[in-house]
Order: sequence, then C-alpha cells, then structure tokens
Amino acid sequence: MTADLKEKPALGRVIVITSGKGGVGKTTSAAAISAGLAKQGHRTVVIDFDVGLRNLDMTMGCERRVVFDFINVIQGDARLKQALIRDKRLENLSILPTSQTRDKDALTKEGVEKVLDELKQEFDYIICDSPAGIEHGAQMAMYFADEAVVVTNPEVSSVRDSDRVLGLLSSQTKRAESEGADAVKAQVLLTRHDPARVESGEMMNVEDVLEILAVPLLGVIPESQAILRASNIGTPVVLDQPSAASKAYEDAVRRLTGEEVEMRIAGERRPGLFHRLFGRAS
Amino acid sequence: MNLFGFARKQRRARSAETAKDRLQILLAHERSGGGRGGEADYLPMLQRDIVEAIRKYVSIGETDVEVRMERGEQMSSLEINVELPSEVGSKAG
Repeated sequence: MTADLKEKPALGRVIVITSGKGGVGKTTSAAAISAGLAKQGHRTVVIDFDVGLRNLDMTMGCERRVVFDFINVIQGDARLKQALIRDKRLENLSILPTSQTRDKDALTKEGVEKVLDELKQEFDYIICDSPAGIEHGAQMAMYFADEAVVVTNPEVSSVRDSDRVLGLLSSQTKRAESEGADAVKAQVLLTRHDPARVESGEMMNVEDVLEILAVPLLGVIPESQAILRASNIGTPVVLDQPSAASKAYEDAVRRLTGEEVEMRIAGERRPGLFHRLFGRAS
Repeated sequence: MNLFGFARKQRRARSAETAKDRLQILLAHERSGGGRGGEADYLPMLQRDIVEAIRKYVSIGETDVEVRMERGEQMSSLEINVELPSEVGSKAG
C-alpha cells in the first residue's frame, strides 16, 4: 500500500470559496487562504471563476502580469502553463486569472473539469474563487469541489444566502450526483466579526450563526483595517504585516489542512469579572 | 453573579436576537419545500393543474386561478381563488 502511494502522489484537493451573497469577503479569503497554504509549503493554485468581473488578480497584486486567462485555456487558445501566473512572493503559489471580456457561459463543465484535472497533477490545493450569486459561474466554481469554504458575515442576508449555497453544495455538485461519493465537506468562515457589536447585542454571535447553518466552523475573521490595507497594496492579508485578521486566517488555513487549532474568538470568551465591571476598554 | 447575568441578558436581547429568530423561521420554511431553497416551487404547477381540472367543467382562463401562500411560524396556509365566469358571460361566449 505505501509503495503504491509513493508511486502515485495524491491528487490535489479542490476547495471552493463561496457565499451566495456578494461583498462578504470571498476573494479576500481566497487570496488569504491560498497564500496561507503556499506559505506552509503546499503547492497551491487559486482560480478566479468570476468571468467578466476579474478581481482576484488585483487582490493578489498580479494584475499587470495577466496575459492569458482561464477562458483562453478552456477554449484552447492558450496552454495552461502559459496562463498560470507564478506569485512573486511565494514560489509554490500560482494564480489563474479569469477573462475580463468574455461571457460566463464560456465556462463549460467539460472545460473546467479538464483544467482542474490537469491542475490536480501539479498542485496540492486548487482554490476556486466563486463569483457571487448562484448562477452559472458560481455553479461551475462549486461543481467539482471536494471541500467548500462558505464565507459568511454575521448578518441576516448573508446567513440566508449561505444556507442556500449549502443546499446547492449538497445537491448540485459532482460529489452529490455521484453514487457512493462522500459529500462536499463544507465549513463556514465567519468574516467581518465585530466583538464589540456582538457584546452589545447588535450582531449575531458565532454560536448563533453556527446553530442556524449547522455546519462546522473553519474560522472567525475579525473586522480589521488590515484587510483594506492588504487589498490596497495587492497583498494577501497573511503576507502583509501581522494583524488579528492575518492570524485568524492562518489558523483557518491550518484547520483546513487537518490540523487541530484551538478556536480563539476575540470578545466571545466568557468575559471576566473585570471586563464586566469596567467594560471592554483596554 | 445573577445580577450580572441578568444585566448581560438584557443587553443581549437586542437586534441580534431578532436577526437570529427571523432567520430560523425563514430558513425552516426555505429548507422544507423540496430541499434547501426550493420552497413553494410547485405553486405554478399546482395553479396549472387546478386550471385544467376546473376547465373540465367550466371554461376559465389561465389567469382566473390565483394561488397564494401565507407562511406563518406555526403553520402555513394556501389560498386558492378561482374566478368563475358569470352564467350570462359564458352563454354569450
């Protein structure tokens, strides 16, 4: 058995970063998670599925290096190797940008599968950055996934849309359609969490959201100025200066690779007497 | 300790609580109708079938049947309104 494994290295895992609702932090999370995985030594590629609204390239800071894209590869106008952009900071991280001009219908199931199969040979992790919504682009991003990270804000419309997306993951994916295959392993990544607002009862807490969605928690990313800063300079947040957000993403990445990391949720431990008496000022 | 617990609970009972309650009620409905999100997908089909059934006896148009769903916390109700042509109208036509 072990000899077998050595001869045939395990194929890469396909992980979709999805949410339903837009603006909750999918691309930020896709960038941070893929950079985090690469930083840990895993060969990682991140693919932009948002055809027509390319943005992963900016978040990753490689927008001026895009020549060919995902659609060119699917349509046979470029080879995969030509379209992959090697990250300048991490040598085992690559980006596959999407097309800015084509239509999302250019994403065919066969074309996507072919590209993913080729990437699985070369990479340990294939991160699919889904577009918002539940239309064709989002369906293609999730269809071949082994795992899903459902990015959710502690806010009603985001939670509702996440619930919807979880339903699609359990019914509209290759794993769901294949008899005997394990279901897509879905986990929630709670972003824009604001401990002060949770404390004052203005924001649902982590437990509330998990109770509603009933899937495991991958991590909690606090609302942080580091996120906008990282996007401004085109650096995944885990490669920028350390912050509460980068720390939280790194923990989430370690959990994604199967490590057990204690969940530290800022502001949601039972507040000590001191805090109860004197508030949260520190 | 109880005093603090009470004070904390009071503060917690704000909009976050409302958000959670609303979501739980809504999602329970959305999930029940044929998988998550497929809620009340059958209403157009039901409407069509009702029109067909009535047409066996009375001549009515596609839009003469109105199907409405009212979702409540404890139970939901289905309201079906059929507009029948007046005797005179049907004879004349």
